[in-house]
Amino acid sequence: MMSINPYAALAETISPLAIQGFILAMLALIVIGTVVQMIHHKNVTYFFNNAKKAKLTAERELGVGEKTSVILKTVVHDIATTAELGVGKRRVAHVMGMYGTILFWVASVVLVFVYTGTGTAAPTIWPMIWHIGAIMTCVGGYWFWLFLRVDVLAEAHPWYRIIKADLFVLTLLACATFGLAWSYTQSLNLENRWDDKVFLILYILSNIALFGGVYWSKFAHMIYKPGAAIQKNLAEADGSRDNLPPYADAPKQFGLGIKREQPKHY
Amino acid sequence: MSTFVYMTRCDGCGHCVDICPSDIMHIDENIRRAVNIEPNFCWECYSCVKACPNHAIDVRGYADFAPMGHSVRVRREEEKGTISWKIKFRNGTTKDFVSPITTKPWGKFIPKLTEGEKPSEAEINSQMLYTEPKGLNIDGELPSVPKDSFKKGVYY
Repeated sequence: MMSINPYAALAETISPLAIQGFILAMLALIVIGTVVQMIHHKNVTYFFNNAKKAKLTAERELGVGEKTSVILKTVVHDIATTAELGVGKRRVAHVMGMYGTILFWVASVVLVFVYTGTGTAAPTIWPMIWHIGAIMTCVGGYWFWLFLRVDVLAEAHPWYRIIKADLFVLTLLACATFGLAWSYTQSLNLENRWDDKVFLILYILSNIALFGGVYWSKFAHMIYKPGAAIQKNLAEADGSRDNLPPYADAPKQFGLGIKREQPKHY
Repeated sequence: MSTFVYMTRCDGCGHCVDICPSDIMHIDENIRRAVNIEPNFCWECYSCVKACPNHAIDVRGYADFAPMGHSVRVRREEEKGTISWKIKFRNGTTKDFVSPITTKPWGKFIPKLTEGEKPSEAEINSQMLYTEPKGLNIDGELPSVPKDSFKKGVYY
């Protein structure tokens, strides 16, 4: 199962062009959803206004080199490892889900555009990446959704309470889960039985819900969170610090400090 | 005054939900970020402002005494045991303070009321509050200000 390109068998019944067209349509949905959200929620306007405000209170002007260095450090440290979430399970689950999703999506594009209907069999590595990506997404995502989600951890709501903010994570999990189930049922050689077709339809529907729901879901956090991290670190570097005090030069009599506890004292 | 949340900084960790003594910091159902659901019930204790690891919570001052441009912001570094304050006045003056943070463990100083004795009817009907006057560390009755000592012509 892990080494089989799940799209190759599909290309025997559906034109590879239709599969490629579906992926392009999903990309178009992301762009449309994000642009409409930008216009309606004015997120980008907020970012630029914030940057202007920070510039007014800056203690020194950053050169291009310094800015580039801050941005690169933010990309490597803050964005690539989601440093914002601190040390703990939430960060591990997020990193696992984030890289799983990236691998899953990149492998899907490569498998569909390069190795489906072209007569070239996909090297084992790409189907492996597709499956590992989907598994990582499931592990990180279900861990987060069932146990680490703030509504469950800090608010003490039951895990089965679904809210609008779950649209992104649940549709993403549905994509990965149904994708894996579709690939597994294909590998069983059930002689054209209904199983894999049902999971294929569910896989398609969950993709449409995930990418079609960009405007309503938290999908755009993938764009805004890195932007906010860069802005935060630039503000630290130029001294404006969003009006925050500088880091303390802790006197010895202040003691050893304390350890932050998990927010679950309900 | 009441708290509000910078959505770009909040990561929905729940520390403010956990610590708010008024139970008004909650998680928004649309974007899973913190939100003050009842700003008029906020008593500006700054607990959530200090607890937020991403400095995503700020306090909005009333326009009559803190108009435009002022700011009070906090950076809590628990590993150092420090809490730093930056007060920015509306004329541009800034003041920085660093203080030690409390190291009281969670729940250690919370009285276990359910385990205490049930108050009598007389105690319930009394003007005294829980643990008064003993808890105030005074002898006998609560101090009072005689009404005839009030300034005449001034109404409070």
